Amino acid sequence: MAHKIRVLIAKPGLDGHDRGAKVVARALRDAGMEVIYTGLHQTADMIIEAAIQEDVDVIGLSLLSGAHMTLFVDVSDLLKKKGIDDVILVCGGIIPEEDVPKLKKEGITGVFGPGTPCETIVDFIKKNVKR
Amino acid sequence: MKDISSKVLQGDPRAIARLITLAEDNDPIANNAMKKLHPHTGKAHVIGITGVMGSGKSTLISELTRIFRNQGKTVGILAIDPTSPFSGGALLGDRIRMMELAMDEGVFIRSLGTRGMLGGLASAVYDVVEIFDASGKDIIFVETVGVGQAEVDVIKIADTTLVIIVPGLGDSIQTLKAGIMEIADIYVVNKADREGVDQTVAEVQSLVDITCSDKERKTPILQTVAKEKKGVVELVDEINKHKNLIELTNELKDQRHKRYEAELIEIIRKRLMNFIFDESTFKEKVEPLINQISNKKIDPYSAAEEILSKIIK
Repeated sequence: MAHKIRVLIAKPGLDGHDRGAKVVARALRDAGMEVIYTGLHQTADMIIEAAIQEDVDVIGLSLLSGAHMTLFVDVSDLLKKKGIDDVILVCGGIIPEEDVPKLKKEGITGVFGPGTPCETIVDFIKKNVKR
Repeated sequence: MKDISSKVLQGDPRAIARLITLAEDNDPIANNAMKKLHPHTGKAHVIGITGVMGSGKSTLISELTRIFRNQGKTVGILAIDPTSPFSGGALLGDRIRMMELAMDEGVFIRSLGTRGMLGGLASAVYDVVEIFDASGKDIIFVETVGVGQAEVDVIKIADTTLVIIVPGLGDSIQTLKAGIMEIADIYVVNKADREGVDQTVAEVQSLVDITCSDKERKTPILQTVAKEKKGVVELVDEINKHKNLIELTNELKDQRHKRYEAELIEIIRKRLMNFIFDESTFKEKVEPLINQISNKKIDPYSAAEEILSKIIK
């Protein structure tokens, strides 16, 4: 049987708005993926621990508070520190244009702002997963 | 990946997680690793948690785990949610209620989709229990999907089965009688701060009076408010008591016998299904026959016989 893509969706930091994360989670489910939703107020440690236990192919981070340069990069750094190289990191939320290349440089491969069609995210994940 | 089983035996979380994935995907690597793990299993106490949607299964597990951890025991949690029959995808959300345990190294939480299995479990559930067991977990929780009446497969795998009920289900408790109300080792009336709890307990009690009239052990009924940590210490005591009892009476041995029977059947079923319904060839083999059935050229029974005749000689 083929490997089923598993995705962790998490909301780091202090941000209570998870409608977007839930919409994306649903779209990924409808695309045949297994989506683990961890809820709000996650630390980088919690996210990585969950990603390890759930053995996901993708971590999807959502943040609308503006702290993405700190919180997303924390997750990316911890991933590298743990030597996990077969998980891709994608993110969404209110992210200014000028931050996109910076995030990509930090190892966040997919950055999806408001208005991104869900199919774009599905396609990106299917194309970029590492196993 | 060669030594994944030895890493699992050492309790390496990444090896445990990867082996579960391989088992879920029916990867041959998993088969070989599982063979090596079996001699190291049998020590863990497997606790099944079942009940209707929203009865508080995940929250209760989180609380029970906290207490077992205080008793110095390590815990593996296997939380099952339904896979969509349409897309094959799944939204696995039980972890949300277990966030308190997220950073505890003595706890391993894994979410599984049912992937087409009925009965309230996932196909890889036997493998995951063996993997957790071999990795040294003392307690293993198996949380079923939110069940209706007939999803009772959890008793095949659990040493101790908890059926979670909540007040306010009214008459529906009557309908549950035939299905999941027959499988409990312990009844838990959760959300016991709600209106109607006395009636619910009385209804369950009358059921126990009938079903256990000729038994020495009357299935206990406990009340909890998991969210407020009420009644959970008593529940852990009752779980431990049940474990001691089944060890003493040899019931545990019978239970394990049943589990291995179910596991064996599941492995054979999976192999046969993969063989018959091999995705790459299934459509071309079967599609023409379905068309013939539609056109009344052949009946479903003869078509099935034709397919099977190629396998069973």
